[in-house]
Amino acid sequence: MNTLQFSIVSIVIGAAVWLCGHLLGVGYVFFAGYTILQFIVLASAWNILGGYCGYVNFGSAAFFALGAYTTVFFYKFNPLPIPLLIVIAAVVCGIVGFGMGYLTLRLRGAFFAIATLAMAVVLQTLVVNWDYVGGSRGAYIVRAENIQIGGFAIDYIEYLFLLMTALAIIAVGTSRLIARTQLGFGFATIRDDELAAEASGVPTLRLKLIATTVSGALMGMAGAPFPYYIGYLQPASAFGLEYGVNSIAMPIIGGTTNWVGPLIGAILLGSLQQLATVTISSAVNLLIVGLLLVFFVVLAPNGLVGLVQDRLNAWRKK
Amino acid sequence: MSALLHVENISKRFGGFVALDGINLEVRQGERLGLIGPNGSGKSTLVNCICGALQNEDGQVHFDGAPMNGLAAHERTHRGLARSFQLPRPFHSLNLADNIRVPMLYTVHKRTGPLHADSVDARCVELLSLVGLDRKARQMPRDLTQVEMRKLELARAVAAEPKLLIADESMAGLSHSEIEDILALLMRLNERGITIILIEHIMSAVMKFSQRLAVLVSGKKIADGKPEDVIKDREVVGAYLGQ
Repeated sequence: MNTLQFSIVSIVIGAAVWLCGHLLGVGYVFFAGYTILQFIVLASAWNILGGYCGYVNFGSAAFFALGAYTTVFFYKFNPLPIPLLIVIAAVVCGIVGFGMGYLTLRLRGAFFAIATLAMAVVLQTLVVNWDYVGGSRGAYIVRAENIQIGGFAIDYIEYLFLLMTALAIIAVGTSRLIARTQLGFGFATIRDDELAAEASGVPTLRLKLIATTVSGALMGMAGAPFPYYIGYLQPASAFGLEYGVNSIAMPIIGGTTNWVGPLIGAILLGSLQQLATVTISSAVNLLIVGLLLVFFVVLAPNGLVGLVQDRLNAWRKK
Repeated sequence: MSALLHVENISKRFGGFVALDGINLEVRQGERLGLIGPNGSGKSTLVNCICGALQNEDGQVHFDGAPMNGLAAHERTHRGLARSFQLPRPFHSLNLADNIRVPMLYTVHKRTGPLHADSVDARCVELLSLVGLDRKARQMPRDLTQVEMRKLELARAVAAEPKLLIADESMAGLSHSEIEDILALLMRLNERGITIILIEHIMSAVMKFSQRLAVLVSGKKIADGKPEDVIKDREVVGAYLGQ
């Protein structure tokens, strides 16, 4: 499937989900769908650096929150349309991602992971102490009931759902494109052996900076519409453990070495969490993530995609 | 023959340990140089300094007439310096053909401009045939034997179309026939115009292969000349067998 066909299929699937929700007339479909799509963006973005390059980033929540607070800043300074805010958040988070990469990419393994965690703590401290965006009190975002697009009044949550669908298509499309190009080969060599990669002519530092920038930008894009979705943004929710942990858990559960893994992981884990929220309690979410993560790390370290591939290879050998 | 590689008075220290102490070395275009020395003599450190994996503190490395100091390892590869590793370091998540594809995409592509996918595929097959691994092109490195792994390592280095290839202990741990296999391969590569530095402990292979032999001991070069003269050198004999 080429990129054009992939884009068309993705758009058709997104439109079908939106139409189903619309016809069912159940608003919760869009609330839940938005969250799952948001995790598809975050998981795909995390996977570009963590899965393709092998650099585990514990700072996903920081990029997500930075995107969200970019929106809050402009909401107070001069309200802008959300698509424009998404672009601005991508630029801001891309720059921060580049900076983080430049400062930390000489570190490897656990040291890199700790550095990204430290960056998240530093950013959260800055936001908590920045009164203009609400500080520790948080900030209220008042969204309209609906929005006029091409003469049609669309419910605002449906509009956010459509925006997040577009972002999910962009994130998965970017991840897929990277995996199929020269860049994907370069990232794989970094993950496998950086010294051998350099000896083969791969400019590892440049490629890692590309990965941190693209990954950061996509995570920021996921965060930009969030204040409009949640209505009230506070540092504890934007920098929440949920985003950092889910961004890592979803690709690991789905499989990190290709673009499909994070997509499957996000749909599976995101849907389970939504189901648990409405049937048991939202507090069970992280428990589900933890249990699944332990299960997959121990029994299927290459994720669901790896598990299926291994089974297929074994079957072919028979 | 003109000097392709010129190592001028390079030194490298690790804390208080002097790994290289004012090494001078010249390798001429098309030459086959053997580099020997006991364990810890600085052979791999010298290779790492030449290839850019380590930066030397003093001295200069000139390659093909241009200074190399300060250049990253990948930039040196782009200029025609390639190496194989003492312990094979394949890209485990890529199959054999894709292992070979990487240097073509990142080095040859850089030198010659965009490569057509078909020509890259054909070159992958050609290089894998050269080392006898063409039938395993779609297999993963984990499926290879030790000697095949070393052949893959050499094929990947050659895929970068180097002017100089440094083979770091490519025969370690191999059987006699496997050593002959690798030796024949290195000879074929040299016949194709690639200058080769062979770092090796297996003296029969080194003697057979080398046109010139250099000996390192404790970070210093103690001999450099014709192999038959070097192995009779009293200092060399002393370093290997004790005074």
